[in-house]
Amino acid sequence: MTKPLKQIHLAAHFPGVNNTTVWSDPASGSNIEFSSFVKLAQTAERAKFDFFFLAEGLRLREQGGQIYDLDVVGRPDTFTVLSALAAVTSRLGLAGTINSTFNEPFEVARQFATLDHLSEGRAAWNVVTSWDAFTGENFRRGGFLPSDQRYSRAETFMRTAWELFDSWPADAVVADKATGEFLRGEPGRFAHHDSHFDIAGQFPVPRGPQGRPVIIQAGDSDEGREFAAATADAIFTRHGTLEAGQKFYADVKGRLAKYGRTPSQLVVLPAATYMIGDTDADAHERAAVVRRQQVSGQTAIRFLEQLWNTDLSSFDPDGPLPAFDPVVGSGAFAQGRADVRMYRDPVATARQWRELAEAKGLSIRDLIIEVTGRQTFVGSAATVAEQINHLVQADASDGFILVPHVTPGGLDEFADKVIPLLQERGVYRTDYTGPTLRHHLGV
Amino acid sequence: MRRARRTIAVMTRGSGPRLAVALDGAGWHPAAWRSADARPTEVFSAGYWVDLVREAEAGTLDFVTFRDTLSLPSDGVRGRLDAVLVAARVAPLTSGIGLVPEIVTTHTEPFHLSKAIATLDYVSTGRGGVQVSVSLDADEYGNFGRRPFGEPFGDLTEEAADYVEVLRRLWDSWEDDAAIRDVATGRFVDREKLHYIDFEGRFFKVRGPSITPRPPQGQPLVAASLGIVDTSADVLFVTPKSREDIGSLIEDLRGPQVFADLVVFLDSTESAAVDRRARLDALAPLESDAFVFAGTPSGLADLLLDWHVAGLDGFRLRPAELPHDLAAISRGLVPELRSRGTFRSSYEASTLRGLLGLDRPANRYSVA
Repeated sequence: MTKPLKQIHLAAHFPGVNNTTVWSDPASGSNIEFSSFVKLAQTAERAKFDFFFLAEGLRLREQGGQIYDLDVVGRPDTFTVLSALAAVTSRLGLAGTINSTFNEPFEVARQFATLDHLSEGRAAWNVVTSWDAFTGENFRRGGFLPSDQRYSRAETFMRTAWELFDSWPADAVVADKATGEFLRGEPGRFAHHDSHFDIAGQFPVPRGPQGRPVIIQAGDSDEGREFAAATADAIFTRHGTLEAGQKFYADVKGRLAKYGRTPSQLVVLPAATYMIGDTDADAHERAAVVRRQQVSGQTAIRFLEQLWNTDLSSFDPDGPLPAFDPVVGSGAFAQGRADVRMYRDPVATARQWRELAEAKGLSIRDLIIEVTGRQTFVGSAATVAEQINHLVQADASDGFILVPHVTPGGLDEFADKVIPLLQERGVYRTDYTGPTLRHHLGV
Repeated sequence: MRRARRTIAVMTRGSGPRLAVALDGAGWHPAAWRSADARPTEVFSAGYWVDLVREAEAGTLDFVTFRDTLSLPSDGVRGRLDAVLVAARVAPLTSGIGLVPEIVTTHTEPFHLSKAIATLDYVSTGRGGVQVSVSLDADEYGNFGRRPFGEPFGDLTEEAADYVEVLRRLWDSWEDDAAIRDVATGRFVDREKLHYIDFEGRFFKVRGPSITPRPPQGQPLVAASLGIVDTSADVLFVTPKSREDIGSLIEDLRGPQVFADLVVFLDSTESAAVDRRARLDALAPLESDAFVFAGTPSGLADLLLDWHVAGLDGFRLRPAELPHDLAAISRGLVPELRSRGTFRSSYEASTLRGLLGLDRPANRYSVA
């Protein structure tokens, strides 16, 4: 007896403020006008995606003390644009990344509960933490949070928000015109006192259609994975290849049982980029062109500076890598980037990069193209559909969050060409079967 | 003859009064939700708000405000959604009317609210604004747990003024042409056109720039009740109890447009309106800071035009009952004003500032 085919989950990431997004493409539209968000969200809904996703950045990135100007800069407020998108979509989940460091639980719970009502059950919260004083300069608290406390604040923040989501019984609103009884009892009462929050009162928003919004997390550390296993409905990850994906998948799914949860209650979604061509060869050619658009000579130097942690503007991107080691232990040359933390041992990474460049005869720009994320799926529509399905059926993931490289039309080809092939294979829905995001995700 | 003279007087001021509506729950009367045509269980759904704002838009009103607090209302509709998100949800389904949610400065982050209102301006293509208020409710302090209740009112309003200053600086922190998308040099933005705002006050510091580019109106509309941010608001709401109050209320207000708040009960006869108010008051008394009008659309038109002549720029009507009194405004009062030549019959501008006759302001950081 063969294993039944898994159903693939897909989500759409609005192109972000990093070099994955190719703004120089003639087809590239506005990253801020609402029409761009409408276009991408409606394409995702046409393709029956689970949800539309917005990342977060609460301060413009800087490098070498100057605002970083080579990538897309500028984004809207997450809650506001998701609420507006609820008006022009009807089934698509609406997921926002909201920080637990520079917000308060009462306010965030009120916003997500509101979004869940206004979207009839389509809200999702990607819970993240910030740690840096750099971002803190835009907020009342400043850079108040020691980095070792940010997870504890995040966890407490989320659990406090849950208390608020759960504070109204589903049947609390009576609105009996004859008797004048609006509420049954006094719902919404809460009191929460710990080292992070000291709050008590009455939550003003009735229980939303989903009860709680869908919770997404992206932690990769042992602590982060455990937190996700305990609390999340979906987890984002960088581990999108077969082997790394299977290892991650088995690891996080294996952690669920101790929380009384089943494997299907946590949906594993690696981030993925793609390039679809008429043939596989055509796709690879186009992918290489896009990689060079994504990594200009200037961008390559800036990437190198993030590892070396110093000014390398005098280096030639078509020449060899610096012979000296990265600067370790001083302040960060690049500020406001989530991926700076990737380089846990900069000196060792630099050594690997130098060895790779020497072995293959790569310039700085070639090297950066080589070592920074190339497209996950490259090929004809049939090949891409096969790759995605293979990874999902092999338990390397439950699906993917797709990151188009062009705003806002970058999802069109995928929707038009790949989705029908997945539907033909019986591994992807031909229509939504329920009204809420929880239905789509099966959680 | 009497009506004609009044019309002439109004016309010499250039236009009739501007008209806004304040939306809250099932209406301004605490017993409004108990009326036969009230829809109290739908207050937490998008469709309810879309219907109301479309009704106001059918009357070509200048804008609607969305009441908000950061606590559970103690009477009337007991429950509330976030007003900024309600306004944003309505925006794509309307096209002409201004959308002005209320925010509370005392417990919120100016950086977050600046980008939220800028984004409301984007999703409404230039119809966004904000009504600024301070927190005078102990429950709100308990819900946030960040500061003790009972700070001097003067501190709260000083903080609100700082807050508005930060909103405005952040809206200007991107010059209009900052995103250059210059393929030749590889630069997406001209960083010379992005500005740190470096605000430092008694209550907070904010570095900037905003993460959101300058919104379509440049500066979305800032409104407030009198006594909070009088010098930095574009529109102030006042509560005269009679025509005689108006002169002293407005004499020191230079700059902002002044709108009077009125609670309205509108029916085809005055006695019907008065009776309806009495029926609701018997269920739960209306305690109002603002003048309460109960009468006919024609009678209200007389009053508004009279008070307009006394120096008010406009009125924000608080419908006692929704949807009843809102429909009476858009289908009764507005046609009455139009027939007297004192109110628009279609939107003459595409932005809220434009409707109020305000220019798109120059950016404070631009070098002339």
